[in-house]
Amino acid sequence: MSEQPTRPDNTRIVRRLLLTVIGMFAFGFALVPLYDVFCDITGFNGRFTDGQAAANTRSVDTSRTINVQFITRVNQGMPWDFAPEVTSVRVHPGETKVVNFLAKNRTGKNMVAQAIPSVAPGEASLYLNKVECFCFNQQPLAAGDNVAMPMQFYLDPEIPADIHTVTLSYTMYDMTENVTPDALAALMPTTN
Amino acid sequence: MSTVVGEMDQHDHHHAPSGISRWLFTTNHKDIGSMYLWFSFIMFLVGGSMAMVIRAELFQPGLQLVDPHFFNQMTTVHGLIMVFGAVMPAFTGLANWMIPMMIGAPDMALPRMNNWSFWILPFAFAILLASLFMEGGGPAFGWTFYAPLSTTYSSDSTALFVFSVHIMGISSIMGAINVIVTIMNMRAPGMSYMKMPLFVWTWFITAFLLIAVMPVLAGAVTMVLTDKYFGTSFFDAAGGGDPVMFQHIFWFFGHPEVYIMILPSFGIISAIIPAFSRKRLFGYASMVYATAAIAGLSFLVWAHHMFTTGMPVFAELFFMYCTMLISIPTGVKVFNWVATMWRGAMTFETPMLFALAFVILFTIGGFSGLMLAITPIDFQYHDTYFVVAHFHYVLVSGAIFSIMAAAYYWLPKWTGHMYDEKLGKLHFWASLISVNVLFFPMHFAGLAGMPRRIPDYSLAFADINQIVSIGGFAFGLSQLIFLWVVIKCVKGGEKAPAKPWEGAEGLEWTVPSPAPYHTFDTPPEVK
Repeated sequence: MSEQPTRPDNTRIVRRLLLTVIGMFAFGFALVPLYDVFCDITGFNGRFTDGQAAANTRSVDTSRTINVQFITRVNQGMPWDFAPEVTSVRVHPGETKVVNFLAKNRTGKNMVAQAIPSVAPGEASLYLNKVECFCFNQQPLAAGDNVAMPMQFYLDPEIPADIHTVTLSYTMYDMTENVTPDALAALMPTTN
Repeated sequence: MSTVVGEMDQHDHHHAPSGISRWLFTTNHKDIGSMYLWFSFIMFLVGGSMAMVIRAELFQPGLQLVDPHFFNQMTTVHGLIMVFGAVMPAFTGLANWMIPMMIGAPDMALPRMNNWSFWILPFAFAILLASLFMEGGGPAFGWTFYAPLSTTYSSDSTALFVFSVHIMGISSIMGAINVIVTIMNMRAPGMSYMKMPLFVWTWFITAFLLIAVMPVLAGAVTMVLTDKYFGTSFFDAAGGGDPVMFQHIFWFFGHPEVYIMILPSFGIISAIIPAFSRKRLFGYASMVYATAAIAGLSFLVWAHHMFTTGMPVFAELFFMYCTMLISIPTGVKVFNWVATMWRGAMTFETPMLFALAFVILFTIGGFSGLMLAITPIDFQYHDTYFVVAHFHYVLVSGAIFSIMAAAYYWLPKWTGHMYDEKLGKLHFWASLISVNVLFFPMHFAGLAGMPRRIPDYSLAFADINQIVSIGGFAFGLSQLIFLWVVIKCVKGGEKAPAKPWEGAEGLEWTVPSPAPYHTFDTPPEVK
């Protein structure tokens, strides 16, 4: 067979195509942070930034009342009790409310947990502002102990008019394995 | 170099190794094409027998033959084998055989890589099939391997599944690179891009889709692997990940993938319908642009598989409209095929029958796809048998029928013998009737609310499932006729002329039948 005059050309195209393949493989992984950024900005998927909202002055819109519901669950097999003190509150946009969440460690060992919030409908997450929340931090809880954890929030008065109910859901995850035993002991309030 | 074909043959005999090493070490595009085609047919029968297990279990309500966990393995592995083992290798086989002959090239551009891309495939599927016999069973999470089904709740064999998908992906990527380089660099003088046969064009575009999305699939399975075995939390909310993100990444691959499985079909049908209508293809340029448009749009519609995950209305509307937009270039193609037949001197040999059935049945599948694209309606149809009916219409009576049509159309060129037309017609009519008995009633089962991927069902669906199962068994048996036709044709039969089809066009018909081991060592002049 005669030597192909296009040989070097082949190498060039193959190199470019291989670079594309590597680039697309990287793009697959880049989708992970992109997805987070996209969800944080838009509030899609019920996500919202965990940053603390400023308790700045704002007007309270008494003409509207919105029902805010609370749902809690523990991640599969986690031996904690976790429940809101009230299952729902009615608030005016702009009005600040505090709701307590109760957690109890049913086990005989010290544990650390983290609650992850989610809001439905997704677009409401952009308007739900938390001034203070237990979900900002990890929650240490000694064996058999229980705790009431406050969550202070307000709804932005700009919240769209067609939203009448907002559901705030918390899932409690066991983080004990991610913490070293020393750090765990340090986290416990008073060891007796 | 102007060697006569006969001399070339003898010259070759000295070098060509015989026996198994001929096939192991071959770099000849025709050998590799044949191996791809036989491999895909074997996988078609393996995946098909899994479908038979599924239909046998669903023949009656209640659990009769297999336990639910095994049923789930069957649905999963059936899907994986048919997508990655049957349809995709069949198209790669056709590409290997036909693209060099259609563009007047002596072989594929990268023949050694070609050998590799085929020979790693049997290992991929051996690993996948072997995992079925492991303790805890093979993959049982559906071919879409949604997290956390594939991470938290999967069996220990998941690593094998991941590695076999990696190997399949590498094979497809190497095949795609080969196709692109071949088409860009090895066209005969005068064969400009807009003179290439549509099968070459559609494969060219398909190859770019493969390069773009197979690496994303590789990324997705890698994330599943590390989530399951190495403590990462890509899809685990407990570690800050998100299971919904899995679906986004998967379908970013998954939707272009369904076009990977249908674009080469469009090319095949665009070769066969003009040949048996004895007219030139209507609207060649618009066919090329429509194919490119479909490929481009395929990256903008992935979330229509996920309407029920709680997306915001804006996103649902965006993906709904983009999805419906695809029906425009697809409609261009269907109308072009119909216009090609218009006032043509049509004859109805087996390849043409399969091509005609393709046009009608693929369009039915397209219409049910349009119904599924409508977001509010999808909420009712999601995860029902309506979806199963839809994608089997486009994949079985679409992609598979086009592969059958291609096999009948080019068998005389491959083997040098005419296939048995009577048996071919028998195969066609048996397949046509049984495929509709098999898949059409599924629409109604789905509309009535029968969920997919469940081994048991409400008594209300008993009759419909019995009919579907009978259609399934009949379709499965009909494919054995095809095996018989092919074996008979390889062994002997009426001698085929260089161009057995009166209206056929293209360079592949200028070489004798069977095509000599080496073709176009001297590039042909294309006017």
